[in-house]
Amino acid sequence: MNVLACVKRVPDTGAKIVLTDDGQAIDTSNLGFTMSPHEECAVEESIQIVEDHGGTATVMTLGPEAATEQLRTGLAMTADEATLLETDGSEWGPRATASAIADAVRALEEEGESLDLLLFGNESADAANYQVGARVATELGLPCVAGIKTLDIENGTAIAKREISGGEEVYEVDLPAVVTVKEGINEPRYASMRAKMQARNTEVDRRDPDTGEHAGTLEMVRLEAPAEDDTEAELLGEGAEAVPRIVEVLRDDLEVLG
Amino acid sequence: MILSFVEHEHGTPAETSLEALTLARRLADGAGGPVEAVAVGDEASAVADALGEYGVERVHAVAGERLDTYAPEAWGASAAQLVDDLAPEAVVAPGTDRGHEVCAHVGAKRDLPMAANCIAVESAATGEAWELTRNRWGGSLIEHARIDADTKLVTAAEHEFPVEAAGEGADPAVEEFAPDLDDDHFRVRVDRVEESDVEGVPLGEARVVVGGGRGVGGPEDYDQLEELADLLGGAVGASRAAVNEGWRPHDDQIGLTGAKISPDVYIACGISGAVQHMVGCKGAEAILAINTDPEAAIMQKGDYAVVGDLHEVIPALNDAIRDTK
Repeated sequence: MNVLACVKRVPDTGAKIVLTDDGQAIDTSNLGFTMSPHEECAVEESIQIVEDHGGTATVMTLGPEAATEQLRTGLAMTADEATLLETDGSEWGPRATASAIADAVRALEEEGESLDLLLFGNESADAANYQVGARVATELGLPCVAGIKTLDIENGTAIAKREISGGEEVYEVDLPAVVTVKEGINEPRYASMRAKMQARNTEVDRRDPDTGEHAGTLEMVRLEAPAEDDTEAELLGEGAEAVPRIVEVLRDDLEVLG
Repeated sequence: MILSFVEHEHGTPAETSLEALTLARRLADGAGGPVEAVAVGDEASAVADALGEYGVERVHAVAGERLDTYAPEAWGASAAQLVDDLAPEAVVAPGTDRGHEVCAHVGAKRDLPMAANCIAVESAATGEAWELTRNRWGGSLIEHARIDADTKLVTAAEHEFPVEAAGEGADPAVEEFAPDLDDDHFRVRVDRVEESDVEGVPLGEARVVVGGGRGVGGPEDYDQLEELADLLGGAVGASRAAVNEGWRPHDDQIGLTGAKISPDVYIACGISGAVQHMVGCKGAEAILAINTDPEAAIMQKGDYAVVGDLHEVIPALNDAIRDTK
């Protein structure tokens, strides 16, 4: 079982998102970076599958040189290999990203590294376009199942479950396949210090991605922080003394009591 | 023409699909054309009865062997073939799991750009780009963008387009559409549905949600929150911090990568109110925050605030509510 997990480097935002003056990006001068949470789970899932079934777990990202930080996080979690599709750091849309990943997968296969399973996050934390997995699958002629929170591999078949209201839909998909996952599918491990040290010395496979040619465009014009709700919260009191007032609010204002 | 993808259960359209239809009609008005709908499955033609009042002129009922059970690629391919025949200015889908997925497959199959989770879209005359705004970071950031394609694909963010009926309702014409599909389109298809064995109200549907964060301090003290939720007929949720501590299962997580809730009231206990959490509860009608720190973000962003230790406030509140019953 050779499993690929595709991740995206995103700012590790705190209580408030601050934009650059031109509104073209998040001001990251005071921020660290991380992988999108869904994708961190994709990496963990790839490692667990390889632990159970043997094979190679590869972590891949499209991004600038600095995104090797996220690849090394994946390696420290004990992924075996890492591939950087190196860009100049400008934002690539979902179609260009999907074309570049599909190209890289085809190139790996030509080099004799066939992949059985391609894992993605259901949507990235930042741009959240909800489509890269389906586009990669289509370019490669693979089936794609999205939004998965339970995944088991049995005899070359992926048994994948998606949450719906009141239960789960179960899909059975023959490999090779693309699966996009959601946080909660597993608990990503903390890398040991030793694994982090080793990850630093693992060579990252670097490739030049191509956007492909696409008809039509979707272009970002600028970003905007949504208007803050500046109405102040009504202080109902302090400690247990606030209880009578809370009861009033629940009963009379919100009508959820009685 | 604007083509709106409608999810339905036995011919009854989903609320989120009516929201998307409300956007579709506005776009049709701006572009100067009609709204048509596409629905998939055995009872798709029945959905027409419910769509007339939303200004739909024609319903394309996609039916065929194996299409009654959800199969994302087959459904996407059906919609793509319909796009080939009808050449709509845009396809509008609800910003749901299936809406996003079907739309993504249409985009992938026809190499069309797709804008997900739009909160506003301005249509223009044929041949011109459209301006739109869409959610990033679960809505804690807004992107202004421009989409230009023969057929533009957009999904409507949930709860952003209040459902409006059209001025005059008419009975839409129903046209059966038989797509050309093969086995490959059905490689992914719902095999079975497993019912949840979790008792109580699902988080996403609860009228009252009691959320607990790091301030709860440990898994045991959620008992007090469970009790409050029980008294109010609600459900218990948690912040990502509490889930990461292992105090609650991930299914309880409210936020960017967890559940999006829309209760009448969200009682947030010991939760600081990070952006990633707030995007999960912004659908709440009212937020009541209980926190020892009056400066916590949630104490500013909420509607009601109680400064205090939830371990004192919640048991006293539970007693008081019991007394009222």
